[in-house]
Amino acid sequence: MVLAFIEHVAGSPTKLSLEVLTMAGRLARAMGQPLEAVAIGPKGAAAAGILSSYGVSALHFADDPRLVEYAPTAWAHAIAELADQANPAVVIGTASDRGGEVMAHVAARMTLPMAANCTDIVPGDAFTVTRQRWGGSLLEEAQLKGRVKLLTLAPHALAPEASPSRTKVVTRAFTPGFDDGDFRVRFVPQVEADTGKISLAQARVVVSGGRGVGSAEGFASLEELASLLGGAVGCSRAVTSLGWRPHSDQVGQTGTRIAPDLYIACGISGAIQHMVGCRAARHILAINTDPAAPIVDQADYAVIGDVQMVLKTVNAEIRRVKAGAPSRTPA
Amino acid sequence: MNILVGIKRVPATAGQITLTPDGQEIDTRYLGFTVSPHEECAVEEAVRLTEKHGGSSTVLTLGPEAAIDQLRDAMALGIERALLLETDGREWDPVATSSAIVEAIEAERNAGRTYDLVMFGNESADSAGYQVGVRVADALDLPCVTGIKALEINDGRAMVRRQTESGWEVADVPLPAVLTVKEGINLPRYPSLPGRLKAKKKDIERIKPEWRDGGLQKVRLKLPVQAGHTVEILGQDGDAGTQVVELLQRLRLL
Repeated sequence: MVLAFIEHVAGSPTKLSLEVLTMAGRLARAMGQPLEAVAIGPKGAAAAGILSSYGVSALHFADDPRLVEYAPTAWAHAIAELADQANPAVVIGTASDRGGEVMAHVAARMTLPMAANCTDIVPGDAFTVTRQRWGGSLLEEAQLKGRVKLLTLAPHALAPEASPSRTKVVTRAFTPGFDDGDFRVRFVPQVEADTGKISLAQARVVVSGGRGVGSAEGFASLEELASLLGGAVGCSRAVTSLGWRPHSDQVGQTGTRIAPDLYIACGISGAIQHMVGCRAARHILAINTDPAAPIVDQADYAVIGDVQMVLKTVNAEIRRVKAGAPSRTPA
Repeated sequence: MNILVGIKRVPATAGQITLTPDGQEIDTRYLGFTVSPHEECAVEEAVRLTEKHGGSSTVLTLGPEAAIDQLRDAMALGIERALLLETDGREWDPVATSSAIVEAIEAERNAGRTYDLVMFGNESADSAGYQVGVRVADALDLPCVTGIKALEINDGRAMVRRQTESGWEVADVPLPAVLTVKEGINLPRYPSLPGRLKAKKKDIERIKPEWRDGGLQKVRLKLPVQAGHTVEILGQDGDAGTQVVELLQRLRLL
């Protein structure tokens, strides 16, 4: 049996979990085994309706009032106990913050190896997996051993594929035998006050600055462009390290990963750690003095020149057009 | 309070990764090395905590002899002691790495050194296994929180905060505990010159753990296939205003 650990909000599986179900279904078919799923937390059983379109034959849901709050060790205890009883060949979860954390605890508890952030999985005695390193800038082919293969699936490694034919999903409640230690870490959500600002993660346009912006004050022209376009301001790690911008603005492997319609990279060289954060953008416009900078290679559009000089004319032109003047025809 | 920080030596990659001809490693002939970013912040956090609450700090790494550079970098920021789990340069998987670290922590305990906090980065920049901290916590039966962005210590408890898609979540955890840190929890200081000189003279304690097969073996590294595309140069310096506006209009962003 292939067991998919799905994350859900009140019984509605997350998009990443649908990706996991799709990959788990492919594995189950390749291995000639049934596909089952496990859901933790309130209303897990309600996921059955959607799971029937993904070829799932049974949904296990942990039923315990203490599972209302997220407690990573308890969640892992539930999954490991189910795995001990049901003896699946594979347990696969998402590589989300939670999914990755829970699966790491499952692996530790079961004393089994685990491969994180897989993009491709080929079953066998040992599994051959392809997994992401450096935030996906580099791939590793690896052999994964263990009596149960434990895996997390990299986000967006594939698109969810629901099947037109529906399976009958048997729902099975189970009550794990928790101990007190399982609840030493419990999370309480803290909702932030809405600041009214467009968040980096949601903006359609992100104007992002690197060392080439010149100074903290130099970001004024980026702020202006972002506000003219209704976008948000981002930055590179170099800028955060210099203290010019807060870390919450940072785009990249150790910052925020974004997928705007347009990413305007101003004075950013384009190191791989940065590109990991912005390569999902539909279009990239690079503004850089150096035509040989890696960012120019990876961009769709580029302006070669000093950030401040370029933005001065760009901002002026946008204001002119917004004021109703016709755009000048390019020479 | 006594704090142990685990760090990792990783290549300081820039614009493009090049592999060695056998596909086993990143070609580092023209690269420097650095401490993996999340762990740089774990080091800074440990130094701040001992500055505030007293106690001692130790940095640990599993890696080749050259990783002494990164241990000294951590000591230059204010960590007192360093422990090298010296390898022969082969890669250790997460199971092997965490078991060697657990053995080192147990040996420390037998020598009378116990830790209130064991800190790691959320994941290393290079191999990114996302599990060493959790495995160490599990083996030592300690509570564990991964990916924290804020930490406060009060009366033997750690108040931690981490970011979620919709805001924040908080937990209140008894010490001793294992915490893994994400960049952004602090802004690491630059090492001072006296700090560097002091770190240079310090002893590095060494353990030579035996390599073990943890069950996840690298076969080869591969570069992802890049979709070939061309870049359109819109202009130079001050002459690009109209072209950029045209582009924004074409993309329906203006």
